[in-house]
Amino acid sequence: MLEILRPDGSLDGDSPISLAETRRLYAAMISARTYDHKGTALQKQGRLATYASFEGQEAAQVGAVASLQPDDWVVATYRDAAAMWMQGYPWVNLFLGRTGDERGGSPPEGVNVLPPSITVGAHMIHAVGIGWAERHQRSDRIAMTFFGDGATSEGDFHEAMNFAGVFQTPVVFVCQNNQYAISTPRHRQTASETIAQKADAYGIPGRQVDGNDLLAVRSASDEAVARARDGDGPTLIEAVTFRVGAHTTADDPGRYRDRAEEDEWRGRDPIDRVRRYLEGAGEWTAEWQLELEEEAAAEIEAAIAEAEALDPLEAADLFAGMFATPTVQLERQRTMLGGGSHG
Amino acid sequence: MAERNLAQALTLALDHILASDPGVLLLGEDVGVTGGVFRITDGLQDKHGADRVIDTPVAESGIVGAAFGMAVAGLRPIAEIQFLGFAYPAYDQMVSHVSRIRNRSRHRFTAPLVIRIPYGAGIGAAEHHSESTEAIFAHTPGLKVVIPSTPADAAGLLLTAAADPDPVIFLEPIRSYRRMRGEVPDPPKPVPFGEAAVRRVGSDLTLIAYGAMVPDVLDAAEHLAGAGIEAEVLDLRTLVPLDIDAVIGSVARTGRAAIIQEGHRTCGFAAELAATIQEEALYSLEAPVARVTGWDTVVPLRRAEHHYVPGVERIVAAAESVMAGS
Repeated sequence: MLEILRPDGSLDGDSPISLAETRRLYAAMISARTYDHKGTALQKQGRLATYASFEGQEAAQVGAVASLQPDDWVVATYRDAAAMWMQGYPWVNLFLGRTGDERGGSPPEGVNVLPPSITVGAHMIHAVGIGWAERHQRSDRIAMTFFGDGATSEGDFHEAMNFAGVFQTPVVFVCQNNQYAISTPRHRQTASETIAQKADAYGIPGRQVDGNDLLAVRSASDEAVARARDGDGPTLIEAVTFRVGAHTTADDPGRYRDRAEEDEWRGRDPIDRVRRYLEGAGEWTAEWQLELEEEAAAEIEAAIAEAEALDPLEAADLFAGMFATPTVQLERQRTMLGGGSHG
Repeated sequence: MAERNLAQALTLALDHILASDPGVLLLGEDVGVTGGVFRITDGLQDKHGADRVIDTPVAESGIVGAAFGMAVAGLRPIAEIQFLGFAYPAYDQMVSHVSRIRNRSRHRFTAPLVIRIPYGAGIGAAEHHSESTEAIFAHTPGLKVVIPSTPADAAGLLLTAAADPDPVIFLEPIRSYRRMRGEVPDPPKPVPFGEAAVRRVGSDLTLIAYGAMVPDVLDAAEHLAGAGIEAEVLDLRTLVPLDIDAVIGSVARTGRAAIIQEGHRTCGFAAELAATIQEEALYSLEAPVARVTGWDTVVPLRRAEHHYVPGVERIVAAAESVMAGS
């Protein structure tokens, strides 16, 4: 397992990035955690539908996406808000989606990030098709896809990895092995010793990294992204991490894991680790921390206000969303809902 | 104008589509070197290149999922599934992603792809090779469902499907691939979606069908004419969008209708049509609407297949019973 930044903040080897870049990514992780805590809080207030926390996985998401160019693609899931936001998907869209509004799925033009996949596993092959299409169109854009340890049990994981290997598509697979798929622990998903080793079966490189180590993740993703962009094919990165919170706000982790395990992982927090490193290098102060937290809070509050200010979709919008031009069937149903003579 | 069978018409159309749009790729199992199990893509890899006519691993979900990604990223893939009975592993991709991306991104991302699938019984193939479950796709919001019955329509509807901004399930009637020939313009002429074709004009009752059943229904109509019954034969051509006006207009004129489908009876597309007719043309009806369908059984294997697929006799009998009803 690749490790660069130790939990105490010291380095084991060279950092792949400058201190300035480390500060930028640290700030991004603070924003992500602020969003995440707010998401959980808002759900408890009844202002969001279920919310899926990614607390503890910030380094895996922020570190991997930091290797991308702004127009690369990200194909991710409901637990990957930090990754999506890093690639330009606005907080307001992420909140909108969680309030239960389809408009959350519509990021601005130029942001090549698909709305989060809710079904587990089917989306990885989409990244394969996207990367394939980009190469076919002589673009050097690549695709990065995020998924969990549970998703590797789905048949679609196999099909995606296999297609990527056969067609050498420019794709980076990032598995956040966060130890639990709802209640089922990692060792009940697969008898493989590591998830990274599954790449061997598809003839592609696999790399296991400490997913709570921003610098290790970044190092592996830099390498994988360069491979993909240079036409050398796909890579599987297993970022070993931990979902500190519940699966969603509808879940109770006390039913399937010990508090001690959670506490142990909290001790390996990815943000604390970078803070210690930056502090040791004279690049962190309590004032800066406060500044970051205040900026993040203001940004997140503004996004919530913007999302909540939107009126819900009209009935007519539902029918208009299905096709470029609604079918006869949909037109008739819209009339029925609108108080026509039928239905 | 050259006469072609339905299979040749599809090949012609695919050739034109590939030639006219560099963003079109064909992908599927054995579509390249061998030209597909039904030879629909025969010669296209040689002509358009292995990077555009692509042999894939045996993985239906992967084929449709990869095509989905390609479509999202600006290409216009045409995927082939070898038989409808093999499409079910890809159904999750269709219902969970392909059909939804426009809505779940409010038009920001779209998936303009065509999924070609040979369907239906009648060639005595192995189990799973004779399915007619088109209703599953028509029941799935966000998919267009096209089923041609003639060579010219096969080519023309495929052209329209390839240019459509939304995903199209294109079901090809296996037993019609080489059953009849017809004139097909070269280049083919696009046939619009949502416009049923009147295959035979008649005033006594309306026979509604699509795809592989249409030739049998036309044969039945000739039998009926011998008995003095003039049937109008309506070929829907597309189930989604559906030409409701053509259905209701014809039934309102004739006052009698029978719907013929090969698919299983319960919740088949005929049930949808019968419900729509009673909603919109009840007071024109002189007799109950009849359904002639496959049964709620697994499609039988070769030796007993004839018990399942509606044949001319069952269609004629149903029409006569509708004529006798009042």
